[in-house]
Amino acid sequence: MKLKDSLLELLGRNPLKPAPADISPPAQVIHKLQREDKSRITQLRAELEHKAIHDAPQKWRRRRWAVLIVVNLLFVLSYWLDIQMLEGALTASRFVGFHMADLNSALQVMLAFKEVVINLLIGIVTVALMWWLLGGRTFCSWVCPYHLLAEWAEILHLKLADKKLVKDHPFDRRTRTAFWLVFALLALVTGYTVFETISPVGILSRALIYGPGVALAWVVTLLLFEIFYSRRAWCRYACPIGLTYGLVGATSPLVVTYKLDKCFHEGECRKVCLVPHVLDTVIKGRAKDVQVEIGADCTRCGRCVDACPTHSLTFKFKGIGKHL
Amino acid sequence: MSVLNPLIKQKQRRQFLRSALLMAGVVGVSLLGAIPVLGQWVKRLRPPGALKEQEFLASCIKCGQCVQVCPVNAIKLAELDEGFGVGSPYIDARAQACDFSCDGLQCVLACPAGALTHHINYPHEAEMAVAKVVSPQTCLAMQGKGFKGLARGAEYTGKLRFEEIDRWNPIPLAEHPFDLEICDLCVRLCPIEIRASQCDAGKPPSGDPGQCPPNRAIRLVEIGSDGNTQKMRPEILDGCVGCGVCEMVCPAEPAVIVMDSTASRGVSV
Repeated sequence: MKLKDSLLELLGRNPLKPAPADISPPAQVIHKLQREDKSRITQLRAELEHKAIHDAPQKWRRRRWAVLIVVNLLFVLSYWLDIQMLEGALTASRFVGFHMADLNSALQVMLAFKEVVINLLIGIVTVALMWWLLGGRTFCSWVCPYHLLAEWAEILHLKLADKKLVKDHPFDRRTRTAFWLVFALLALVTGYTVFETISPVGILSRALIYGPGVALAWVVTLLLFEIFYSRRAWCRYACPIGLTYGLVGATSPLVVTYKLDKCFHEGECRKVCLVPHVLDTVIKGRAKDVQVEIGADCTRCGRCVDACPTHSLTFKFKGIGKHL
Repeated sequence: MSVLNPLIKQKQRRQFLRSALLMAGVVGVSLLGAIPVLGQWVKRLRPPGALKEQEFLASCIKCGQCVQVCPVNAIKLAELDEGFGVGSPYIDARAQACDFSCDGLQCVLACPAGALTHHINYPHEAEMAVAKVVSPQTCLAMQGKGFKGLARGAEYTGKLRFEEIDRWNPIPLAEHPFDLEICDLCVRLCPIEIRASQCDAGKPPSGDPGQCPPNRAIRLVEIGSDGNTQKMRPEILDGCVGCGVCEMVCPAEPAVIVMDSTASRGVSV
């Protein structure tokens, strides 16, 4: 995907349907073949039958939850057991003595304080490099403790939605960009890190490490909102942290790649995806090329990789070329 | 786009409205955080090196690294009722003051964001608050009384460093009984006074003359005598940094001296 489109979609533009001229000749061939190849329909039926009896694997989700829990536990144990591995909280920390700073928290501080101290700068550069390398929003799904709670809330939401007890109310995705701008402006104008007051990441991380407080009521409010009103609303439409990391990871070498020739266009990936607009390319006839890299808003959570019965979505580390 | 189904148009209008409401709601909630700060509901004693309150809140990244390094666990993180201050560090001096037993201002060194400024290197350079004598009527020294026993009782969990006992490990105040002819706990336990006396004796802490405070912080002055009992009044001097130890150790209830952090000069950079 072109960087410009990837960024615009990250900021909230809906994916555009590609003009036939934009589709590469090899991809056009596959699109045409897929329409004509009747044997694929038999294969697709077999796939659907298989899926009806077998749950999709949860390999990546399990790995991811394990990593997320270990990272957050490392923060907690570093303090509780005084092992000094990962001191501080997710907003800013030291990993074996080396500074790390959450990019959005650092941004809030820089805008409010209008000064950058060297330690914060070191932390910013380290973390920016790390998440550029690992995929930007990878932070969201692999580290953010709110993400884990929100995934559990989502499971509940989907169960209730299944029973027609709740209905998902989507928001305009540009809202997140508006949030990002408003909170940046508020920090700049008021001189206070306004977003940090309600950042569920900061609140949860501090609660885990330093003990729970009333601020958790805000996190609970958000979760209830997601369970009963709007699926994954905070991560999808609000969180400026996600947008910040999305921008960092826009050119990351670690991406999920889509292979058109293996795809049966069943749409399983889009059902589980936190940010389904990034998977617009898997819709029949939309892929511009035989291989498409998924855009910047992707959190590299791997749920689509797990969900796809035909392995047309895989992790890829560009440059190494090795497919995970 | 002009051929959009009116139903879709209505759906889009609703979604836009919903999004605007979400925006207003979340931003509104976040701005509620201004109320406790602008209304100055609480005036917190901040750790050593803290910038002036507004700059401090602007620069604090709320990570709690200062909390983690404090050897006497003096630093706590503020709750949501402090609005924009949520997650920022403070010291409740009566419960546990900063006794500078780390000598090197570890909280300052730990701060990644400059909220606790690296411009200070020694305890006497801190400007956390100004101690104020607010309850002279409860002061034992002013009544000419001594003090015997545990300064804050056996249940008190606060710690202080007593160099003569253990240079490196602060011990609970409840493990250190006193027997004083006239109560001078606020003076004798003052970290600045202790340093000044060590320096006067030619033995600055860690052998570093930089540790020597230029001014004294607190003393007792005689205000009269009753027969052969002297009456003394604590007097706060220019060298006071507002660490809160005098407030912490005062056996009177309420404490004779409290930290006034509004009078905090606050380090300006």
